[in-house]
Formats: sequence, C-alpha cells, structure tokens
Amino acid sequence: MNPYAIRTSSLRRDFGPIRAVDDVSLEIAPGAVFGFLGPNGAGKTTTIRLLLGLLEPSGGSAEVLGFDTRSQADAIRQRSGALLEYNGLYERLTAEDNLEFYGRVWRMTKAERGARIQELLTDMGLWERRKEPVSAWSRGMKQKLAVARTLLHRPALIFLDEPTAGLDPVAAAALREDLATLAAREGVTIFLTTHNLAEAEKLCQRIGVINKGRLLATGTLDELRLHNDAPRLEVTGSGFNEALLARLRSRPEVCEVALAGEKLTIGIQPGFPSAPLVRLLVESGAAVEEVHKGIASLEELFLTLVEEESETPGISKMPGV
Amino acid sequence: MLTDILTVAIKEIRELPYLRRDKSRTNLFSLLIFIGVFGIFLPLQSGEGWVTSPFTLLYWAWLPFMLVGTTMVDAFAGERERHTLETLLASRLSDRAILFGKILAGVVYGLGMTLVCILVGLLTINVAFGRAGLLLFPAGIALGILAVVLLISTLASGLGVLVSLRAASVRQAQQTFTIAYFVLFIPLMILPMLPPMVMQPIIQFLMRADFKTIGIWAGMIVALLDAVLILAAMARFKRDRLILD
Repeated sequence: MNPYAIRTSSLRRDFGPIRAVDDVSLEIAPGAVFGFLGPNGAGKTTTIRLLLGLLEPSGGSAEVLGFDTRSQADAIRQRSGALLEYNGLYERLTAEDNLEFYGRVWRMTKAERGARIQELLTDMGLWERRKEPVSAWSRGMKQKLAVARTLLHRPALIFLDEPTAGLDPVAAAALREDLATLAAREGVTIFLTTHNLAEAEKLCQRIGVINKGRLLATGTLDELRLHNDAPRLEVTGSGFNEALLARLRSRPEVCEVALAGEKLTIGIQPGFPSAPLVRLLVESGAAVEEVHKGIASLEELFLTLVEEESETPGISKMPGV
Repeated sequence: MLTDILTVAIKEIRELPYLRRDKSRTNLFSLLIFIGVFGIFLPLQSGEGWVTSPFTLLYWAWLPFMLVGTTMVDAFAGERERHTLETLLASRLSDRAILFGKILAGVVYGLGMTLVCILVGLLTINVAFGRAGLLLFPAGIALGILAVVLLISTLASGLGVLVSLRAASVRQAQQTFTIAYFVLFIPLMILPMLPPMVMQPIIQFLMRADFKTIGIWAGMIVALLDAVLILAAMARFKRDRLILD
C-alpha cells in the first residue's frame, strides 16, 4: 500500500508572470482529513486542479494515490471524487438523475447505483426530494447533494474545495456534521480547502496553511501551536497602567503585552509558568477579576502565519514538512 | 469508451430543450408548437409536393441544422456558464468520451426530432391530400432525407460543439454559430432572388441535372466537412484550456 495518499515535491504553477503555487511540498497519509487553509487567492483551488491532473505543473512533481499527476491523471481521477469551487450539479436534472449520471460515469451497475444513491440521499436527508429538479433546491441542499455525488463511487480520496462557502451557519453546521460522519464511516482521505477555520479545526487531523502560493506550515493543530505560537494569559480587571505594562514587557518570559479596555493579553514564552506574572499584577495594584490561560486558536495561528508571511516575504515556517 | 460516450449522450439529451424531464408545461407547449409548425403547418402549405419534390431535401437539411446547431452551442459554453464543466472534467471520463458523447447527443436529437416531424407530416399530408391513395416519399427521396438529416445533424453538432469549445459564453457561441449559418445558407436564400438572366442558366442546369450524382457529391462533401469539424473539435479539446478560458 502506498504510504501517502498525496505527495508533492516543490510543486509549482505559473500563470504568466503570476506564481499561483510556489514550491509546495506536502505529504498526506491515507485516511487522513487534511485541511488546506488560506485566504482568497492563496492558491488552494490551483493546488487541487494540479493534484487532479486538470492543470500541468510548471515545475516540481505530485503523486496522488501513487500516480503521477502529469502522466497518470486518468488513474487519479478514476479513484478520486471532487467537489470543486462550484457544486457542479445539473440544475435542469433531478437530484436522482444527477447521481444516476455520475454513477454511470463511474461504471457502477444499476443495482449498485440504486442502493448507493438511496444510502447517501437518506443519510443526507434528501431521499424524499430526489425526484425534484435541483434548481428548486436551497444552496445547502445542493451542497449536500454535491457531497453525496463526490462520495457516490466510494473513492479513495476526495477533494472538497470550500464545501460550506456561502451557506448559512445552520446549513454549514449540518453539512460539516454530515461530512464528519461520512468521512469516519467511509475511511476516505479528504483534502479540504477552506477559509473557515472553525471548520478545519472540527474536521481536520492535519492542516496546511498556504498564502500567496507558498505553504507556510503543515502539521497537526498541536504541532502548529507548538511551533507557531506561545501560550497566552488573558486577564480581565482594572488598574493596568503604563508603568505596569512596562514592567511586564521587561520580563524575559513575556513576548507580547496588549491592552484592550479592561482586557490585558500577555503572551508567554513556552515553558514558563504564569503564576509569577499574576502575582506581579496583584502586587502592582491591579484589580484582577478573572484570569484565563489559553492556547492560540487556529484562527490566531492562521492570522499569525499569514501576517508573518506578508511582513517577511520569502520566509516560511514549515514544521512537519 | 462506447459506454462512456452513451452515458454523456444520454445526460445531454435529458438536458436538451423539449426533452427535459422537468415536467414543465412550457417545455411540453414548446414541443407541441415545434411539431405543429414543422409536422402540420408547413406540410399543409406545401401540399403533395412535400413528399414528391426533390427540393424537399433542402428543407430537411435546414431543419436539423438549425435545431441541432442552436442547441449544441450550449454544449461546453453552457456547462462553463452553469459551472458544471470542471466537475465533469474532474471525473474519470476521457476527453473523447465527453466530446463524442456531446456530438452524438446532437446527432440523435436532430435525427429524432426531424423523424418525428416527418412522421407527423406524412400523417398530415395523407389526411389532407391522400384521397387517391397513400402518399409516401419515393424510395430515393426517403433514403436521401435520411442521409441528409444524418449528415447535416452531424455537421451542425460538430460545428456547434466546436464553436462552443471556443466561446467564452453561450451568447458568444450563438453569435458565432449564426454567422456560420449565414455563410452556409445565404447562397440558398439568395438563389430565388437572382435576376432572370442569371437564374435562367441555373434553372436549365438543374432541369438537366442528375440529382442522384449531385446528391452523392453533396453528401460526400458534407461527410468530409463533418470529419474536419470533429477533428478540429478533438484538437481544440484540452482540459486545462477549458478550465482556464
């Protein structure tokens, strides 16, 4: 068995003078749910197109399910499913006809198609409405149907390009729930691009952050936290004057101090205790009402990485690559 | 490969005007109007000549060309506009299965719709003018009609798909196809308007002409055009270009 579902080496794609994907090296194990995060225009969709063999790389190489994207793209598409930027549904056809068509495309027998369509549409809560033209459906229902289509032929790998984009919070949550359940049940490798960080945090075991075509970091969420951010102390209270802030900044374990109203945030170097800092605050006369020691959320990590890349172009941090 | 071509063709046909399974009354009404005009109204206007005149072949060349061409310009440009093309290209289907499936759908559509009009037309003609006996196409004309409809449907389908591959939008594809239509059919439209001194020798030539030989030569030219258009469409079909255009 191939140790990697996806493996890229210095993958690059240029569109004229624009480098959309720049030296991206990735390794994704089979069965993993990999989140590919990045702002709009970061290169996420182009990466998916490269991995599906829909675009030729300008440089580097990529193997998907053990097949080279340049010379064996047909074999990759044979074994993959894709929900791309748009849901790709034929709106003039019924939901059932959409799945029937793609079932035929993947050479499923009539019995297999029937059983699988019923299974997926029932799981998604769409079975009763299968005879309706898709044009009459809500966006959330269409996305669910598109996910069902992606999983129809039991692919080894699926690409989901921002599957919850444009959905209302309720529909997005429902789709995430379905995705999590189906991914666990089907044991499929998922390559998920999103800029919804909560989604990535909920669904993905490993995460890659891309900006301006460059891969800034990959790893599990914990690995990213370890490499990219320090624990932080959030203190609510009053009496945080300039002298106190200066004393905090002078401490060797403090890497950042920020005051917003009554909320003081202190970034601490990893490995240092926070109790001496709380003591310092109290002894300095601050009225401390609440102290919360937390770790950076994925959103904070993401923003840090993207901001660092913007400030120092060409510098990338790549733990786990 | 053949199974894949049929799969694409069936999907295309299910999406085509008049044949969609969306149960809309508009769709059914449009279908009835179409058959009413070409299967009832025009045969009644033409009378018995509708089945006996060799010029009827021109009529059966025009109908599938318009019907198929105006529909097939949607083949790729429409999929691109409706954002379904990339998903189709990301499937396991080969380039040729997608391309030939779409062309086949056009041919089947043109052939099918024209044959329905012919059958309804024959019924109309016989009800209206068939008192002396059954009015049918002579064998040669019937064979000619079949060949014309098949070749012209393929021509229109190939041309429509090629135009659609190159166009950025359905509208642009329709405009390009309309130009191609005029280039091909303007000579036939202008013919009756020519002054008598020009028309006279043409009429005399046609009176003496061997329609069978002309028909065979015309058929071979159209078949050659069909092949050229299909080859051009194959050369134009590039996944990355279709995605990035």
